Amino acid sequence: MHAAASIAPLDPAPAGPAGTRLHLDERRPAAGLETPVVFDVENAEVSYGSFRAVRGVSMKIHTNQITAFIGPSGCGKTTMLRAFNRMHDVIPGAKVGGKISYHGVDLYGPDVSATEVRRRIGMVFQKPNPFPKSIYDNIAFGPRVNGTTNKADLDMIVERSLRAAALWDEVKDRLRYSALGMSGGQQQRLCIARTIAVEPEVVLMDEPCSALDPIATARIEELMRQLRDRYTIVIVTHNMQQAARVSDRTAFFTADVDASNDQRCGVLVEYDLTAKIFSNPSDERTENYITGRFG
Amino acid sequence: MSAPGPLDLHGLRAQPSWRAAKSHLATAAMILAVVAIAIPLLAVVWSVVTRGIGVVTDAFPEFFTAEIPVVSRRKGPGMGPAILGTLLVTGGATLIAVPLGVLGAIYLHEYGQTSRFARLVRFMTTVMTGVPSIVMGLFVYLTWTLRFGYSAFGGALALACLMLPVVIGSTEQMLRLVPATLREAAYALGTSKSRTILTVVLPAALPGIVSGSLLAIARAAGETAPLLFAIGAATAYNPNLFAEANTALSVQIFGNATSSFVAAQDRAWGAALTLMLLAFVVTFIARKLTARFALER
Amino acid sequence: MPDELPGGVLRGPQAHADRAFRGIAIGAAALVLLILGMIALVMADRARPVLAEMGLDFFTSKRWSPPHEKFGALPFLFGTLYTAAIALAISVPVSLGVALFVTQVAPRWLKKPMIYLLDLLAVVPSVVFGLWGVLVLSQHFGLGRSFLTAGIILGIMITPIITSLAREVMETTPAAEKEAALALGATRWEMIRAAVLPHSKGGLVGAVMLGLGRAMGETIAAALVIGSALGQITLDPFAPGNSMPAVIANEWGEADHMHRSALIALAVALFLLTIVVNLIATAIVQRSMARSRGKS
Repeated sequence: MHAAASIAPLDPAPAGPAGTRLHLDERRPAAGLETPVVFDVENAEVSYGSFRAVRGVSMKIHTNQITAFIGPSGCGKTTMLRAFNRMHDVIPGAKVGGKISYHGVDLYGPDVSATEVRRRIGMVFQKPNPFPKSIYDNIAFGPRVNGTTNKADLDMIVERSLRAAALWDEVKDRLRYSALGMSGGQQQRLCIARTIAVEPEVVLMDEPCSALDPIATARIEELMRQLRDRYTIVIVTHNMQQAARVSDRTAFFTADVDASNDQRCGVLVEYDLTAKIFSNPSDERTENYITGRFG
Repeated sequence: MSAPGPLDLHGLRAQPSWRAAKSHLATAAMILAVVAIAIPLLAVVWSVVTRGIGVVTDAFPEFFTAEIPVVSRRKGPGMGPAILGTLLVTGGATLIAVPLGVLGAIYLHEYGQTSRFARLVRFMTTVMTGVPSIVMGLFVYLTWTLRFGYSAFGGALALACLMLPVVIGSTEQMLRLVPATLREAAYALGTSKSRTILTVVLPAALPGIVSGSLLAIARAAGETAPLLFAIGAATAYNPNLFAEANTALSVQIFGNATSSFVAAQDRAWGAALTLMLLAFVVTFIARKLTARFALER
Repeated sequence: MPDELPGGVLRGPQAHADRAFRGIAIGAAALVLLILGMIALVMADRARPVLAEMGLDFFTSKRWSPPHEKFGALPFLFGTLYTAAIALAISVPVSLGVALFVTQVAPRWLKKPMIYLLDLLAVVPSVVFGLWGVLVLSQHFGLGRSFLTAGIILGIMITPIITSLAREVMETTPAAEKEAALALGATRWEMIRAAVLPHSKGGLVGAVMLGLGRAMGETIAAALVIGSALGQITLDPFAPGNSMPAVIANEWGEADHMHRSALIALAVALFLLTIVVNLIATAIVQRSMARSRGKS
């Protein structure tokens, strides 16, 4: 099984600014990182009522890559992430400004169905949230909602998704058992399997490993690397070593005091290839964060 | 300065004191209160069981199947039509009140939340739980019975009006207990709101909703006043929900309680035993479900 | 994927089903308003004849004599309040005592069975209480039908309600406050007086008022044992009396048009009375629960 052995040891060199330790995935040449753009974000901001949580975000997310959002807590990383699959729609008073385009289509356009958006852009949450149903029914939920009712089709989808989430061998004899009987790490992999069962294009992950132990975390990171070939992944993490380990591009957020109303507001400081962010960041704030001088 | 003497532990020992006595007296008063409420409860159950069991076993199972003697002086069974009547009326009320109540609670918690309309409905639901059952009975009489005559359906309507606010209240409580993250997981998979409610939220809250509804049903089964105005007083079987007078266990108990004929009174005790057992069984199932619901979370 | 996008993300058929469901849910919720509104309208309309004739004298006059078309509601208002007062006098100390026992004194193994038994008492139908009251309490024990008998039965019936609410409120007493009292050397009773009772005051008042509302509206048990006397306003508890719900239940069958109008007017009065009491009670209980949640 894919276990901790897949984590490559931390590489002492190349070294970054004093104090940092880096790990670069040497198997991926830097040249493969100019894949087509999935999301084009132009000056996006999110507010809850009169409170602006994050502002002025402009970035491009690329296909088949892992993009990490890092930064101290309370600076809008999760808020920004949730704007990509219109999860703010369910919060009364939440407003998304600016423009977020998905393959050229404005995600928040008047004719766009949030339900359709979410089918193509899935999300894995911080704390695993399997439905209180059987493992099988958890995975089959999404496909059933989208019209698949044929049992043979569903069986195939369930097996395929569980295999892709590296969970099949562990649960194949327990498919009818409640999902709540699994360990935290298994539940999170189940949630990942559930998300990819509907074959989204993008998988958003909101601190997926923060509730898990190191071994479970390692397995999920390995899973992410495997999923990258078929999906686009955007992950929020407060663990910058994790970002360094798995991501191709990294966006660093921090909180700024909003001049207009004296409130803390999240801003995007720097967004670049992970290698560059961790070895030679352009902004002083980024450097301070990754060398541990604050945050 | 001399060395300190050996520790004087005499003072630590419990001494008789007025304060301690007061506390013991208070505890005694509490125990007295417990006894004070236990006695009537046991007395009522005792009376019903001892006086009712004889009537039921004397003519078993005819008590549950025979028709009610038209001449109340006559001794003997049974309460068959009343049992059927209670089942019809309570069953009908459940079929009306539970789906509507659950839907109403869904609106309040999943859609309306804090909107003005939702707050108004919640407020009025609380008001409605306090409507005396006789007022509901009069209302059904004036709006239904006068137009359509006595029928089990009228009784079902009256009981449904009594049950509706209770079902809404307890269901909304259960919906509140379903964690928001479960809904988020469903939305994130591209599920519409109505579908999320039907396939994730309701199944998760179901044991609690069922137990709350069962409690409402148990109380409805025992209601008398509204039925007096809606179903009349029949003595023969009437399985027809919509036509003609019917009867129910509670109505029979009420009618026979004031009778001067011992035979009628006996039947009242038998009916009381039956009704009480019915209510207890339903409540028992409801409690078991609540326990299981708590465990699952 | 990109070629199918613009069409794919447009509004789908699902949106119609979604909106239909929401509509049904709103409709169900609106039913509450509809029914309450209809009750108010229908009852007010039918009560009008007698009120048009007598005006507010209806509520202050003592004579109730249907054959003479004389309708004075005062004896029934009195009876309702008097029996409720007796019921509270019996029920409140008992309920408080039981609630205190269950929350502060009872060992853990006793708590759950006791709560279970109390809930069982709440399920016994009121008509069974009425039956017991008539055939056992009033006949067998010779108490007869009177204000007192009715008050006792009502008291027994509302005790589980008050107890269970009182229990809930008392359970929310912050452990820190209780421990502070005990740590200062207070006896259990002193701790209760210092920490539990002050904290629960509001909730207890609300619980008692809810019991009051229930006692006032209880029809069947009262109708069976109150005695159905007419025009009696006396403080003698052993005298037979009457109450609003009881007289409605007992006289409706043979009442003519004006008589019925009077009975409905009584029902409206009862309705308003119980609603006011229930609302005040609910407000008090909610406020005290919110306050206690804020504290602990």
